[in-house]
Amino acid sequence: MAEPKPKEVLLNPLFNDNPIALQVLGICSALAVTTKLETAVTMAIAVTVVTALASASVSMIRKWIPNSIRIIVQMTIIASLVIVVDEVLKAFAYDVSKTMSVFVGLIITNCIVMGRAEAFAMKEGPWLSLLDGIGNGLGYSLILVVIGFVRELTGSGKLWGHVILPLTRDGGWYEPNGMMLLAPSAFFIIGIFIWVLRTVKPAQVETEG
Amino acid sequence: MLLGHSLNHYLNIVLNAVFIENLALAFFLGMCTFLAVSKNVKTAFGLGIAVIAIMTITIPANNLIFNHLLKKGSLGEVFGTDLSAVDLKFLGLISYIGVIAAMVQILEMTLDRFFPALYNTLGIFLPLITVNCAILGGSLFMVERNYDLPESVAYGFGAGFGWALAIVALAGIREKLVYSDVPDGLKGLGITFITVGLMAMAFMSFGGINLAE
Repeated sequence: MAEPKPKEVLLNPLFNDNPIALQVLGICSALAVTTKLETAVTMAIAVTVVTALASASVSMIRKWIPNSIRIIVQMTIIASLVIVVDEVLKAFAYDVSKTMSVFVGLIITNCIVMGRAEAFAMKEGPWLSLLDGIGNGLGYSLILVVIGFVRELTGSGKLWGHVILPLTRDGGWYEPNGMMLLAPSAFFIIGIFIWVLRTVKPAQVETEG
Repeated sequence: MLLGHSLNHYLNIVLNAVFIENLALAFFLGMCTFLAVSKNVKTAFGLGIAVIAIMTITIPANNLIFNHLLKKGSLGEVFGTDLSAVDLKFLGLISYIGVIAAMVQILEMTLDRFFPALYNTLGIFLPLITVNCAILGGSLFMVERNYDLPESVAYGFGAGFGWALAIVALAGIREKLVYSDVPDGLKGLGITFITVGLMAMAFMSFGGINLAE
Protein backbone atom coordinates (compact mmCIF):
# COMPACT_ATOMS: atom_id res chain seq x y z
CA MET A 1 0.00 0.00 0.00
CA ALA A 2 1.33 3.44 -0.90
CA GLU A 3 1.68 6.05 1.83
CA PRO A 4 -1.96 6.74 2.82
CA LYS A 5 -3.16 10.34 2.79
CA PRO A 6 -4.96 11.57 5.90
CA LYS A 7 -7.99 12.77 3.95
CA GLU A 8 -8.42 9.46 2.15
CA VAL A 9 -7.96 7.55 5.37
CA LEU A 10 -10.75 9.58 6.92
CA LEU A 11 -13.22 9.61 4.02
CA ASN A 12 -12.72 6.31 2.22
CA PRO A 13 -14.60 4.21 4.77
CA LEU A 14 -17.75 6.28 4.24
CA PHE A 15 -18.66 5.11 0.73
CA ASN A 16 -15.75 3.39 -0.99
CA ASP A 17 -14.81 0.96 1.72
CA ASN A 18 -17.75 1.01 4.08
CA PRO A 19 -17.12 -1.29 7.06
CA ILE A 20 -20.67 -2.67 7.12
CA ALA A 21 -21.58 -2.80 3.45
CA LEU A 22 -18.27 -3.96 2.07
CA GLN A 23 -16.08 -5.37 4.80
CA VAL A 24 -19.02 -7.11 6.57
CA LEU A 25 -17.74 -5.97 9.93
CA GLY A 26 -19.54 -4.90 13.04
CA ILE A 27 -23.10 -5.77 12.19
CA CYS A 28 -23.26 -7.85 15.31
CA SER A 29 -24.02 -5.51 18.13
CA ALA A 30 -25.59 -2.74 16.13
CA LEU A 31 -28.86 -3.64 14.51
CA ALA A 32 -30.93 -4.18 17.60
CA VAL A 33 -30.48 -0.57 18.68
CA THR A 34 -31.75 0.98 15.46
CA THR A 35 -35.48 0.96 16.16
CA LYS A 36 -35.15 4.58 17.27
CA LEU A 37 -32.97 7.32 15.85
CA GLU A 38 -31.85 8.42 19.30
CA THR A 39 -30.37 5.08 20.34
CA ALA A 40 -28.87 4.62 16.88
CA VAL A 41 -27.05 7.95 17.13
CA THR A 42 -25.86 7.20 20.67
CA MET A 43 -24.56 3.83 19.55
CA ALA A 44 -22.89 5.41 16.52
CA ILE A 45 -21.11 7.99 18.66
CA ALA A 46 -20.04 5.36 21.19
CA VAL A 47 -18.61 3.09 18.52
CA THR A 48 -16.82 5.95 16.74
CA VAL A 49 -15.21 7.10 19.98
CA VAL A 50 -14.13 3.60 20.94
CA THR A 51 -12.78 2.77 17.47
CA ALA A 52 -10.84 6.03 17.21
CA LEU A 53 -9.32 5.82 20.69
CA ALA A 54 -8.62 2.09 20.47
CA SER A 55 -6.86 2.46 17.12
CA ALA A 56 -4.82 5.40 18.41
CA SER A 57 -3.78 3.63 21.62
CA VAL A 58 -2.95 0.36 19.90
CA SER A 59 -0.93 2.25 17.33
CA MET A 60 1.00 4.13 20.02
CA ILE A 61 2.24 0.95 21.65
CA ARG A 62 2.35 -1.18 18.49
CA LYS A 63 6.14 -1.52 18.57
CA TRP A 64 6.10 -2.94 22.08
CA ILE A 65 3.28 -5.44 21.67
CA PRO A 66 4.65 -8.97 21.25
CA ASN A 67 3.02 -10.55 18.24
CA SER A 68 1.84 -13.68 20.04
CA ILE A 69 -0.30 -11.87 22.61
CA ARG A 70 -1.46 -8.95 20.48
CA ILE A 71 -5.11 -10.06 20.42
CA ILE A 72 -5.30 -10.11 24.21
CA VAL A 73 -3.59 -6.71 24.45
CA GLN A 74 -5.99 -5.18 21.92
CA MET A 75 -8.93 -6.80 23.65
CA THR A 76 -7.92 -5.36 27.03
CA ILE A 77 -7.52 -1.85 25.61
CA ILE A 78 -10.89 -2.07 23.87
CA ALA A 79 -12.64 -3.53 26.91
CA SER A 80 -11.30 -0.75 29.15
CA LEU A 81 -12.49 1.92 26.70
CA VAL A 82 -15.92 0.34 26.46
CA ILE A 83 -16.22 0.25 30.24
CA VAL A 84 -15.47 3.99 30.30
CA VAL A 85 -18.10 4.65 27.61
CA ASP A 86 -20.61 2.47 29.44
CA GLU A 87 -20.09 4.31 32.75
CA VAL A 88 -20.30 7.72 31.03
CA LEU A 89 -23.57 6.74 29.35
CA LYS A 90 -24.98 5.48 32.64
CA ALA A 91 -24.07 8.77 34.29
CA PHE A 92 -25.26 11.23 31.64
CA ALA A 93 -27.83 9.42 29.52
CA TYR A 94 -29.31 6.85 31.86
CA ASP A 95 -32.55 6.23 29.92
CA VAL A 96 -30.77 5.68 26.64
CA SER A 97 -28.25 3.38 28.26
CA LYS A 98 -31.15 1.41 29.78
CA THR A 99 -32.77 0.84 26.36
CA MET A 100 -29.47 -0.19 24.85
CA SER A 101 -28.91 -2.67 27.72
CA VAL A 102 -26.27 -5.24 26.81
CA PHE A 103 -25.45 -3.74 23.45
CA VAL A 104 -23.07 -1.14 24.86
CA GLY A 105 -20.98 -3.96 26.30
CA LEU A 106 -21.09 -5.72 22.98
CA ILE A 107 -19.05 -2.94 21.40
CA ILE A 108 -16.09 -4.97 22.71
CA THR A 109 -16.79 -7.74 20.27
CA ASN A 110 -17.75 -5.36 17.49
CA CYS A 111 -15.53 -6.58 14.73
CA ILE A 112 -14.92 -3.05 13.42
CA VAL A 113 -12.98 -2.04 16.50
CA MET A 114 -10.94 -5.22 16.54
CA GLY A 115 -10.61 -5.30 12.76
CA ARG A 116 -9.25 -1.77 12.47
CA ALA A 117 -6.86 -2.26 15.37
CA GLU A 118 -5.54 -5.42 13.75
CA ALA A 119 -5.55 -4.35 10.11
CA PHE A 120 -4.56 -0.69 10.32
CA ALA A 121 -3.34 0.45 13.73
CA MET A 122 -0.70 -2.29 14.04
CA LYS A 123 1.01 -0.89 10.93
CA GLU A 124 0.48 2.88 10.90
CA GLY A 125 1.23 5.78 13.21
CA PRO A 126 -1.13 7.05 15.94
CA TRP A 127 -2.40 10.10 14.02
CA LEU A 128 -3.39 8.16 10.91
CA SER A 129 -4.85 5.40 13.05
CA LEU A 130 -6.97 7.92 14.91
CA LEU A 131 -8.29 9.24 11.58
CA ASP A 132 -8.85 5.72 10.31
CA GLY A 133 -10.77 4.90 13.47
CA ILE A 134 -12.92 8.00 13.12
CA GLY A 135 -13.50 7.31 9.43
CA ASN A 136 -14.60 3.74 9.99
CA GLY A 137 -16.69 4.82 12.93
CA LEU A 138 -18.41 7.35 10.69
CA GLY A 139 -18.95 4.81 7.93
CA TYR A 140 -20.63 2.60 10.47
CA SER A 141 -22.58 5.55 11.89
CA LEU A 142 -23.86 6.43 8.43
CA ILE A 143 -25.54 3.06 7.98
CA LEU A 144 -26.78 2.97 11.55
CA VAL A 145 -28.36 6.41 11.29
CA VAL A 146 -29.97 5.64 7.93
CA ILE A 147 -31.50 2.45 9.31
CA GLY A 148 -32.57 4.19 12.52
CA PHE A 149 -34.17 6.97 10.48
CA VAL A 150 -36.14 4.61 8.23
CA ARG A 151 -37.22 2.32 11.05
CA GLU A 152 -38.39 5.00 13.45
CA LEU A 153 -40.16 7.00 10.74
CA THR A 154 -42.03 4.11 9.17
CA GLY A 155 -42.42 2.02 12.32
CA SER A 156 -43.81 4.61 14.71
CA GLY A 157 -44.19 7.78 12.64
CA LYS A 158 -41.70 9.66 14.80
CA LEU A 159 -38.22 11.06 14.55
CA TRP A 160 -36.15 11.52 17.69
CA GLY A 161 -39.36 11.04 19.68
CA HIS A 162 -41.19 13.87 17.87
CA VAL A 163 -44.30 13.03 15.88
CA ILE A 164 -43.70 13.52 12.15
CA LEU A 165 -46.43 11.39 10.67
CA PRO A 166 -49.57 11.56 12.89
CA LEU A 167 -50.81 8.02 13.56
CA THR A 168 -54.34 6.91 12.78
CA ARG A 169 -54.91 5.83 16.35
CA ASP A 170 -54.22 9.42 17.49
CA GLY A 171 -56.51 10.88 14.85
CA GLY A 172 -53.87 11.36 12.16
CA TRP A 173 -53.57 9.63 8.79
CA TYR A 174 -50.49 7.39 9.03
CA GLU A 175 -50.92 3.68 9.68
CA PRO A 176 -47.63 2.54 11.29
CA ASN A 177 -45.85 -0.46 9.85
CA GLY A 178 -45.24 -2.57 12.95
CA MET A 179 -42.83 -4.89 11.19
CA MET A 180 -40.30 -2.08 10.90
CA LEU A 181 -39.83 -2.24 14.67
CA LEU A 182 -39.07 -5.96 14.61
CA ALA A 183 -35.83 -7.74 13.84
CA PRO A 184 -36.38 -8.79 10.18
CA SER A 185 -36.81 -5.26 8.85
CA ALA A 186 -33.25 -4.32 9.81
CA PHE A 187 -31.91 -7.13 7.66
CA PHE A 188 -34.08 -6.06 4.73
CA ILE A 189 -33.01 -2.43 5.01
CA ILE A 190 -29.32 -3.35 5.08
CA GLY A 191 -29.82 -5.70 2.16
CA ILE A 192 -31.47 -2.94 0.15
CA PHE A 193 -28.85 -0.39 1.22
CA ILE A 194 -26.10 -2.69 -0.04
CA TRP A 195 -28.04 -3.20 -3.27
CA VAL A 196 -28.32 0.55 -3.85
CA LEU A 197 -24.67 1.16 -2.96
CA ARG A 198 -23.47 -1.55 -5.32
CA THR A 199 -25.69 -0.44 -8.15
CA VAL A 200 -24.23 3.05 -7.84
CA LYS A 201 -20.69 1.69 -7.54
CA PRO A 202 -20.60 -1.45 -9.73
CA ALA A 203 -16.97 -2.13 -8.80
CA GLN A 204 -18.18 -3.44 -5.44
CA VAL A 205 -20.35 -6.22 -6.90
CA GLU A 206 -19.21 -9.65 -5.73
CA THR A 207 -18.24 -11.85 -8.64
CA GLU A 208 -18.68 -15.31 -7.18
CA GLY A 209 -22.18 -16.04 -5.84
CA MET B 1 -35.22 -29.65 45.42
CA LEU B 2 -31.66 -29.44 44.19
CA LEU B 3 -32.44 -27.33 41.15
CA GLY B 4 -34.68 -24.81 42.82
CA HIS B 5 -37.23 -24.83 39.99
CA SER B 6 -39.31 -27.42 38.20
CA LEU B 7 -37.83 -29.16 35.18
CA ASN B 8 -40.35 -27.39 32.98
CA HIS B 9 -38.87 -24.07 34.00
CA TYR B 10 -35.47 -25.06 32.60
CA LEU B 11 -36.96 -26.60 29.49
CA ASN B 12 -38.77 -23.34 28.95
CA ILE B 13 -35.52 -21.35 29.22
CA VAL B 14 -33.94 -23.63 26.63
CA LEU B 15 -36.89 -23.38 24.21
CA ASN B 16 -37.10 -19.66 24.71
CA ALA B 17 -33.40 -19.23 23.92
CA VAL B 18 -33.56 -21.49 20.87
CA PHE B 19 -36.69 -20.24 19.17
CA ILE B 20 -38.12 -17.01 20.52
CA GLU B 21 -35.03 -15.12 21.55
CA ASN B 22 -32.68 -16.65 19.04
CA LEU B 23 -29.42 -14.76 19.45
CA ALA B 24 -28.71 -14.59 15.73
CA LEU B 25 -32.15 -13.87 14.38
CA ALA B 26 -33.77 -11.78 17.09
CA PHE B 27 -30.75 -9.98 18.56
CA PHE B 28 -28.39 -9.88 15.57
CA LEU B 29 -25.55 -11.36 17.59
CA GLY B 30 -22.59 -13.15 16.07
CA MET B 31 -23.48 -11.72 12.67
CA CYS B 32 -19.93 -11.38 11.37
CA THR B 33 -19.17 -15.07 11.67
CA PHE B 34 -22.80 -15.88 10.88
CA LEU B 35 -22.49 -14.32 7.44
CA ALA B 36 -18.89 -15.25 6.77
CA VAL B 37 -18.95 -18.95 7.64
CA SER B 38 -22.36 -19.92 6.26
CA LYS B 39 -21.37 -20.79 2.71
CA ASN B 40 -21.66 -24.53 3.16
CA VAL B 41 -23.47 -26.76 5.63
CA LYS B 42 -20.47 -28.80 6.76
CA THR B 43 -18.37 -25.92 8.06
CA ALA B 44 -21.45 -24.21 9.47
CA PHE B 45 -22.25 -27.38 11.42
CA GLY B 46 -18.70 -27.54 12.82
CA LEU B 47 -18.84 -23.93 13.94
CA GLY B 48 -22.30 -24.49 15.40
CA ILE B 49 -21.08 -27.36 17.58
CA ALA B 50 -18.11 -25.28 18.77
CA VAL B 51 -20.44 -22.42 19.71
CA ILE B 52 -22.74 -24.74 21.68
CA ALA B 53 -19.76 -26.16 23.58
CA ILE B 54 -18.24 -22.76 24.40
CA MET B 55 -21.55 -21.20 25.44
CA THR B 56 -22.53 -24.08 27.70
CA ILE B 57 -19.19 -23.68 29.50
CA THR B 58 -18.64 -19.91 29.56
CA ILE B 59 -22.10 -18.71 30.55
CA PRO B 60 -22.19 -20.73 33.80
CA ALA B 61 -18.53 -19.81 34.45
CA ASN B 62 -19.33 -16.12 34.08
CA ASN B 63 -22.39 -16.66 36.24
CA LEU B 64 -20.15 -17.92 39.06
CA ILE B 65 -17.75 -15.00 38.63
CA PHE B 66 -20.55 -12.48 38.65
CA ASN B 67 -22.37 -13.90 41.66
CA HIS B 68 -19.33 -14.65 43.80
CA LEU B 69 -16.81 -11.95 42.93
CA LEU B 70 -18.34 -8.97 41.16
CA LYS B 71 -21.80 -8.49 42.62
CA LYS B 72 -22.08 -5.98 45.42
CA GLY B 73 -21.40 -7.65 48.76
CA SER B 74 -20.33 -10.97 47.28
CA LEU B 75 -16.63 -10.26 47.82
CA GLY B 76 -17.43 -9.90 51.52
CA GLU B 77 -18.83 -13.44 51.67
CA VAL B 78 -15.61 -14.83 50.22
CA PHE B 79 -12.94 -12.72 51.94
CA GLY B 80 -14.56 -11.43 55.11
CA THR B 81 -16.93 -8.66 56.02
CA ASP B 82 -14.71 -5.61 55.53
CA LEU B 83 -15.03 -6.09 51.78
CA SER B 84 -18.80 -6.34 51.74
CA ALA B 85 -19.30 -2.78 50.45
CA VAL B 86 -17.15 -3.40 47.39
CA ASP B 87 -19.06 -3.33 44.11
CA LEU B 88 -16.97 -4.54 41.20
CA LYS B 89 -19.76 -4.68 38.63
CA PHE B 90 -17.94 -2.25 36.35
CA LEU B 91 -15.21 -4.86 35.88
CA GLY B 92 -17.81 -7.20 34.39
CA LEU B 93 -17.10 -6.66 30.73
CA ILE B 94 -13.37 -7.13 31.02
CA SER B 95 -13.73 -10.26 33.19
CA TYR B 96 -16.26 -11.93 30.89
CA ILE B 97 -14.15 -11.41 27.81
CA GLY B 98 -11.13 -12.72 29.71
CA VAL B 99 -13.03 -15.82 30.79
CA ILE B 100 -14.23 -16.41 27.23
CA ALA B 101 -10.75 -16.03 25.74
CA ALA B 102 -9.28 -18.34 28.39
CA MET B 103 -12.03 -20.95 27.99
CA VAL B 104 -11.60 -21.01 24.23
CA GLN B 105 -7.87 -21.54 24.71
CA ILE B 106 -8.39 -24.34 27.24
CA LEU B 107 -10.99 -26.05 25.08
CA GLU B 108 -8.64 -25.83 22.12
CA MET B 109 -5.77 -27.44 24.05
CA THR B 110 -8.00 -30.14 25.56
CA LEU B 111 -9.41 -31.08 22.18
CA ASP B 112 -5.94 -31.12 20.68
CA ARG B 113 -4.69 -33.45 23.39
CA PHE B 114 -7.60 -35.85 23.82
CA PHE B 115 -9.82 -35.62 20.75
CA PRO B 116 -7.54 -34.93 17.78
CA ALA B 117 -10.23 -35.85 15.24
CA LEU B 118 -12.64 -33.32 16.69
CA TYR B 119 -9.84 -30.78 16.96
CA ASN B 120 -9.15 -31.07 13.26
CA THR B 121 -12.74 -30.27 12.39
CA LEU B 122 -13.32 -27.51 14.95
CA GLY B 123 -9.79 -26.19 15.36
CA ILE B 124 -9.91 -23.34 12.90
CA PHE B 125 -13.17 -22.01 14.29
CA LEU B 126 -12.15 -21.78 17.91
CA PRO B 127 -10.08 -18.55 17.70
CA LEU B 128 -12.90 -16.97 15.69
CA ILE B 129 -15.27 -17.65 18.52
CA THR B 130 -13.48 -15.41 21.01
CA VAL B 131 -14.65 -12.35 19.14
CA ASN B 132 -18.10 -13.75 18.41
CA CYS B 133 -20.60 -11.32 19.87
CA ALA B 134 -23.09 -14.11 20.52
CA ILE B 135 -20.85 -15.60 23.24
CA LEU B 136 -20.32 -12.33 25.10
CA GLY B 137 -23.94 -11.36 24.47
CA GLY B 138 -25.10 -14.60 26.06
CA SER B 139 -23.11 -13.82 29.21
CA LEU B 140 -24.44 -10.26 29.35
CA PHE B 141 -28.05 -11.41 28.95
CA MET B 142 -27.47 -14.00 31.67
CA VAL B 143 -26.32 -11.24 34.06
CA GLU B 144 -29.15 -8.91 33.07
CA ARG B 145 -31.79 -11.58 33.68
CA ASN B 146 -30.35 -12.69 37.03
CA TYR B 147 -30.17 -16.38 36.17
CA ASP B 148 -28.86 -18.71 38.88
CA LEU B 149 -26.32 -21.43 38.10
CA PRO B 150 -28.61 -24.22 36.78
CA GLU B 151 -30.63 -21.66 34.84
CA SER B 152 -27.50 -20.31 33.22
CA VAL B 153 -26.46 -23.83 32.17
CA ALA B 154 -29.86 -24.24 30.50
CA TYR B 155 -29.65 -20.80 28.95
CA GLY B 156 -26.08 -21.32 27.70
CA PHE B 157 -26.99 -24.57 26.00
CA GLY B 158 -30.20 -23.18 24.53
CA ALA B 159 -28.62 -20.00 23.23
CA GLY B 160 -25.74 -21.90 21.64
CA PHE B 161 -28.10 -24.44 20.12
CA GLY B 162 -30.31 -21.71 18.68
CA TRP B 163 -27.34 -20.00 17.09
CA ALA B 164 -26.09 -23.29 15.64
CA LEU B 165 -29.54 -24.08 14.27
CA ALA B 166 -29.76 -20.69 12.60
CA ILE B 167 -26.33 -20.88 10.94
CA VAL B 168 -26.87 -24.44 9.66
CA ALA B 169 -30.27 -23.45 8.24
CA LEU B 170 -28.80 -20.37 6.56
CA ALA B 171 -25.94 -22.41 5.10
CA GLY B 172 -28.47 -24.87 3.68
CA ILE B 173 -30.36 -22.06 2.00
CA ARG B 174 -27.20 -20.43 0.65
CA GLU B 175 -26.04 -23.71 -0.88
CA LYS B 176 -29.23 -23.78 -2.96
CA LEU B 177 -29.06 -20.06 -3.63
CA VAL B 178 -25.93 -20.53 -5.74
CA TYR B 179 -28.14 -21.80 -8.57
CA SER B 180 -30.52 -18.86 -8.60
CA ASP B 181 -30.29 -15.74 -10.73
CA VAL B 182 -29.76 -12.84 -8.35
CA PRO B 183 -29.56 -9.19 -9.55
CA ASP B 184 -25.93 -8.05 -9.76
CA GLY B 185 -26.04 -5.54 -6.93
CA LEU B 186 -27.64 -8.03 -4.56
CA LYS B 187 -25.15 -10.83 -5.19
CA GLY B 188 -23.37 -12.23 -2.17
CA LEU B 189 -23.91 -10.11 0.90
CA GLY B 190 -27.11 -8.34 -0.14
CA ILE B 191 -29.16 -11.43 -0.84
CA THR B 192 -27.82 -13.07 2.32
CA PHE B 193 -29.20 -10.21 4.39
CA ILE B 194 -32.59 -10.54 2.74
CA THR B 195 -32.55 -14.30 3.34
CA VAL B 196 -31.68 -13.83 7.00
CA GLY B 197 -34.50 -11.30 7.27
CA LEU B 198 -36.97 -13.85 5.94
CA MET B 199 -35.63 -16.47 8.35
CA ALA B 200 -36.02 -14.02 11.23
CA MET B 201 -39.64 -13.51 10.21
CA ALA B 202 -40.22 -17.25 10.16
CA PHE B 203 -38.71 -17.62 13.62
CA MET B 204 -40.97 -14.89 14.95
CA SER B 205 -43.94 -17.19 14.53
CA PHE B 206 -42.54 -19.30 17.38
CA GLY B 207 -43.32 -16.43 19.76
CA GLY B 208 -45.70 -17.27 22.57
CA ILE B 209 -44.56 -20.83 23.27
CA ASN B 210 -44.51 -21.20 27.04
CA LEU B 211 -44.12 -24.40 29.01
CA ALA B 212 -43.79 -22.87 32.45
CA GLU B 213 -47.45 -23.02 33.41
